[in-house]
Amino acid sequence: MSERAPVPRESESANGRLDILAALKEAAIAAIVAFGLFALLIGIRTDQGPTGALVFTTRFGALAEIVAAVLVASLIRSLIWRRTKTFSIDRLVPGFVKAAASRVAVYAAAAFLVFALVVPIIFYGNRYLLDLGILIVTYTMLGFGLNIVVGLAGLLDLGYVAFYAVGAYSYALIAQNFGLSFWICLPLAGILAAFAGLLLGFPVLRLRGDYLAIVTLGFGEIIRLILLNWQGLTGGPNGISGIPRPSFFGLPFSSADNGFAATFGLHYSPTHRVVFLYYLILALALLTNWVTLRLRRLPIGRAWEALREDEIACRALGINTTNTKLTAFAMGAMFGGFAGAFFATRQGFISPESFTFAESALVLAIVVLGGMGSQLGVAVAATVMLGGFELFREFDQYRMLMFGAAMVAIVIYRPRGLVATRTPSVSLRERKDIAAAVVRNARTESAA
Amino acid sequence: MTTAPVLTVEHLTMRFGGLVAVSDLTFAAREREITALIGPNGAGKTTLFNCITGFYKPTVGRLLLAHPGGASFLLERLPEFRIAKQARVARTFQNVRLFAGMTLLENLLVAQHNPLMVASGFTLLGLFGSRAYARAEAEAIDKARYWLNRVGLADRADDPAGAMPYGAQRRLEIARAMCTNPVLLCLDEPAAGLNNRESAELNVFLRAIRDEHGTSILLIEHDMGVVMEISDHIVVLDYGVKIADGAPSEVRSDAKVIAAYLGVADAEVAQVEAEVGL
Repeated sequence: MSERAPVPRESESANGRLDILAALKEAAIAAIVAFGLFALLIGIRTDQGPTGALVFTTRFGALAEIVAAVLVASLIRSLIWRRTKTFSIDRLVPGFVKAAASRVAVYAAAAFLVFALVVPIIFYGNRYLLDLGILIVTYTMLGFGLNIVVGLAGLLDLGYVAFYAVGAYSYALIAQNFGLSFWICLPLAGILAAFAGLLLGFPVLRLRGDYLAIVTLGFGEIIRLILLNWQGLTGGPNGISGIPRPSFFGLPFSSADNGFAATFGLHYSPTHRVVFLYYLILALALLTNWVTLRLRRLPIGRAWEALREDEIACRALGINTTNTKLTAFAMGAMFGGFAGAFFATRQGFISPESFTFAESALVLAIVVLGGMGSQLGVAVAATVMLGGFELFREFDQYRMLMFGAAMVAIVIYRPRGLVATRTPSVSLRERKDIAAAVVRNARTESAA
Repeated sequence: MTTAPVLTVEHLTMRFGGLVAVSDLTFAAREREITALIGPNGAGKTTLFNCITGFYKPTVGRLLLAHPGGASFLLERLPEFRIAKQARVARTFQNVRLFAGMTLLENLLVAQHNPLMVASGFTLLGLFGSRAYARAEAEAIDKARYWLNRVGLADRADDPAGAMPYGAQRRLEIARAMCTNPVLLCLDEPAAGLNNRESAELNVFLRAIRDEHGTSILLIEHDMGVVMEISDHIVVLDYGVKIADGAPSEVRSDAKVIAAYLGVADAEVAQVEAEVGL
């Protein structure tokens, strides 16, 4: 042990002066970076002149405003927020609020569920909100499905939309060509999507982290390209139209005498179908949730989580990691397939355009922002993201900007997602939530 | 009294390209004995462990594991998870590999994956809440509780494994390996990083595993205090070659072993010999 020299303590005022100097320096650097970034983007502009030729204009005023704004913001950040060495949202929240919040969280899930159940009653007359509700629940379900693969098994999947597509096309083709009902097509679509999951699973068994992400990304594109180019089966870019709409256990939602409305003695309204679709997807999402929660408490679910934590230790304990990974892929894919079948029956028309990488990215963003492995977090994240999209529809231009800013803010201040704790699957005495810091996730490479 | 061998290593050679990590190694670890594997850094001890537990496939050689019941397995032919599942060889790692984000109890339940998987009807029965599975899980929890008690961590069963102090993590890893009901337990430097009191407790614990549970132990260790005190049998490796094999008393006076550990005689030898207890 070497003797450590005592650290000279600086006086308060000297410290303060240093702080200001450092802050000024930092702000100056930020301003220079901002200038470099925006000089060409904002400072210079080419417009089309009256003769059609390009006219060169400058906007140095706007550039100066931006740089000044960055300078001031950086100063404020350094001088006020830096007071606390490491800034975190948690510090701003007083203790008693946090204690109350954790108590409330217990009821939050139940309240959320009750709200989801009564949405069609409250907003019966508002078709727009009902459609939005269906969209949110669909993405919640996709999030739940992807959560099995990414949150539990820790396998980063960037091509989840492929299974959504397989489910949708399976449903459309089976329902159209064989005339089978929705309730028969739904499990078939799920099974076919699960097979697609196995198909993806085999080649990627040895991959983790970034490598796995790239292969799954490629898989998503392959499926989309197959759908686009296999004209004979999928109709190529024209897609499939006239997909049978769902019926209420055989009663069609039509104004006909044998329709749903007539049978129950109601006035025909197109909203009946929307409400039915809403409850259908809600039931599917709740089924996904129930199965996931159940699986977590079963050996297979624990093996998934163990796989995420340390694959080599799993193998040393006699766990067949091949089967474990494949079941995770298949299970996640199956729920994606269910959601796809629902999407097909709801839209009545599908084309490869609906299954681009952007969809995968959105679902993954929901899972990551929600907190990997947390069901409530995923539901909240889906609501906030899709709801937020709609809310800011009027600010069309700034929508993606705000979305990006929100993402950056969350990743900086809550890198583990909204619900960042892991609830143990079993306990001897009391179930204590586990801080996210010790839990591995799909992005942390296994230390193999 | 000598017992039947549980693990017989015959002519084992492991090459990585031009490097021969283990060369024509032959030895046997006997039932209900603690066999220690010692040797300077880079002698090939961990490579041997990885061959036994299936993480490496040996270039040449045979690894025969015999259960007391009579069943026997050729380990070099089994994938690693089957070595743990069927041949029932459990291991720990030099740099502890726990499931850090899971509780101690969960860690020990993951170790009982295979019997629980069968009890849950490969998930299907368990999904619909079968009684048989509930019973099996309760038994698994009892077993986990037993091992937590044995390693003195029962109070912290519901805490994440990653938040435990180092010594506790080492003990938990042994408990987790024991939850797989092993015939042979392979420990890679279990005393590394433990203080004197902790390694004394470890000695007692390892003896108890051998005597009460009839598990044979194969152990890599640098702490000569631990090795000399608890081993029934010591195998010494140097540059992948076996240089000594026998009871602790024989090995500690073996000239080749002393040379391998201490180099040729010089002024420091006497001092280190004194430390080792010669």
